Amino acid sequence: MISIESLHFAYPQDGFSLQIPAFSVPTGQKLAVIGPSGSGKTTLLNLVAGIYPPDSGQIQVAGVQLNALADAARRDFRITQIGFVFQDFELLDYLSVLDNILHPYRITRALKLTPGVDRRARELAEQMGIGDKLQRHAGDLSQGEKQRAAICRALLPQPKLILADEATGNLDPDNKLHILDLLFEAVDQQGATLLAVTHDHELLPRFGRVVDFNDFRSGSAV
Amino acid sequence: MIDSFYIAWKYLAFSKARSVTLVACITLIAVLPLALEIILDESEHQLVERAEHTPLLVGARGSALDLVMNSLYFADEVPGRISLASADAITATDLAFAIPLYVRFRARGFPIVGTTLDYFDFRRLRLAAGTPFGLLGECVIGASVASELGLQPGDSLLSSPETVFDLAGVYPLKMRVAGVLAPTHSADDLAVLVDVKTAWVIEGLVHGHEDVARSRDSSVIIERSESNVIANAKLMQYTEITEANIEAFHLHGDPTGYPLTAVIALPHDDKAAAILRGRYQNTDSGYQIVPPADVIDTLMTNIFRIRNVLDAVILFVGLATLMALVLVFALSLRLRQREIDTIFRLGCSRLTIAQLLGAEIVIIAAFSAVLCLLILAVVAHYDQQLVRALFI
Repeated sequence: MISIESLHFAYPQDGFSLQIPAFSVPTGQKLAVIGPSGSGKTTLLNLVAGIYPPDSGQIQVAGVQLNALADAARRDFRITQIGFVFQDFELLDYLSVLDNILHPYRITRALKLTPGVDRRARELAEQMGIGDKLQRHAGDLSQGEKQRAAICRALLPQPKLILADEATGNLDPDNKLHILDLLFEAVDQQGATLLAVTHDHELLPRFGRVVDFNDFRSGSAV
Repeated sequence: MIDSFYIAWKYLAFSKARSVTLVACITLIAVLPLALEIILDESEHQLVERAEHTPLLVGARGSALDLVMNSLYFADEVPGRISLASADAITATDLAFAIPLYVRFRARGFPIVGTTLDYFDFRRLRLAAGTPFGLLGECVIGASVASELGLQPGDSLLSSPETVFDLAGVYPLKMRVAGVLAPTHSADDLAVLVDVKTAWVIEGLVHGHEDVARSRDSSVIIERSESNVIANAKLMQYTEITEANIEAFHLHGDPTGYPLTAVIALPHDDKAAAILRGRYQNTDSGYQIVPPADVIDTLMTNIFRIRNVLDAVILFVGLATLMALVLVFALSLRLRQREIDTIFRLGCSRLTIAQLLGAEIVIIAAFSAVLCLLILAVVAHYDQQLVRALFI
């Protein structure tokens, strides 16, 4: 699913650089990336999502070489093939839960909002346990409910890859295990691949594979 | 599909206070100059047109503006009085035709215009209902008076007492509405037209009361002789003229000395006008003769000077408000930076983000435009009354 070769990326402002000689993630794998703060975990997610173009090297996602795509094509690829789950959920408070879940469909021409999509959004919300809160504003939800809504938003376009950036970082211990289970279940159902960045070592045994960010530098993460 | 307007609407509906403030600010910026334009245009129309159609006005020496405003637009400020004899004197010159005016009293806030039936021909007034005033105590009301007071021919209208506390002052007269004028879009729409003698009845110069010769009430009669009866203020004055008491109405003294506020002089030609004006040049005469168009011209010059100042003030206020609005949008963008970053990360283009924000501006502008049009429609509908309230 993900294949990285000879990747080099540096922020022009502070000189922080990231080098990954070789790294791959097979389809369907649930991979956790751990590492100290500031080591570049979120940067890796942004590179894989095509938000940052690498300075050199290649990134392939689902067989598509991202840095060969034009901006518009890369954005369309991202919104249709990659789902994002953020630590702070990043829901829009002024939209209802249903509108938040359907939001990607309203901001791009690459996705078509049809009655079928609307039905699937409701089913997904039901599956995540927030089916009765679809008409409430996102700001009125609990932390756990917000993350469930955010996961629904990420999964609705049926992406091939889910990128989770500290997705359980703001949740209480009971909630984070439950949310992770729900995320895994949904990922399995859709046959997607999960690349999650986390600090939480308690969650690591649940992942199929764990990569320490330090291994990238030594080249042993392949 | 990009639902910019749906998302923008949701955001604006969620941030009600901000949205309402923005709409109010934009509406205000747009409405102020446009409404002012409507009112000034209407004032110009009302003032100039009527003035241009009134060749000359004769009145007591004093403020020419007060004379014109009272005689043409029935303004509250009453000029000095002249006598009925002055109207007769104009007619006697054979230079002009004279129409007397006595504009002093009000009926439920509307001016009572004492004149003659010639005024109807001069102003080309048409009756929408009823007949012209024919009897003492009858009135013809303007279209706006009729609609605002809900009156029609056959109804009654009371004149307003001049002061509530002056027991010996002007008593209200119950006038019968004889006719209603068709709309003229002029000051006549807001007037209560009566015969000048009816105006004198209101003033008490022409009056009717119980027959003192027949009265046996000793508390009313002060002195009685064979040729004369003197009564006190207890004598019952009639406040309504009816078929039964109309014969009791009479005047005291020489009617040529009865008051008028102005005489509209209609010269037969330009030469007659020039000669007539010359005759009133004498500053000791106690009279003045003015072409209303000249007086209104001076007034309009002042109004337009004020208009220029107002335009400049509005322009500065508008610019300041626009800058404030730009600041509000800029601050809003900063506050929403995280939201913008998120939707960008999800796969939205910068152009789409601009589209979303643009949709918000379009909705705000559309609401402001609708509100602005509504306010302007109301201003345009009531422009005559506004002009009267503001300028006359």
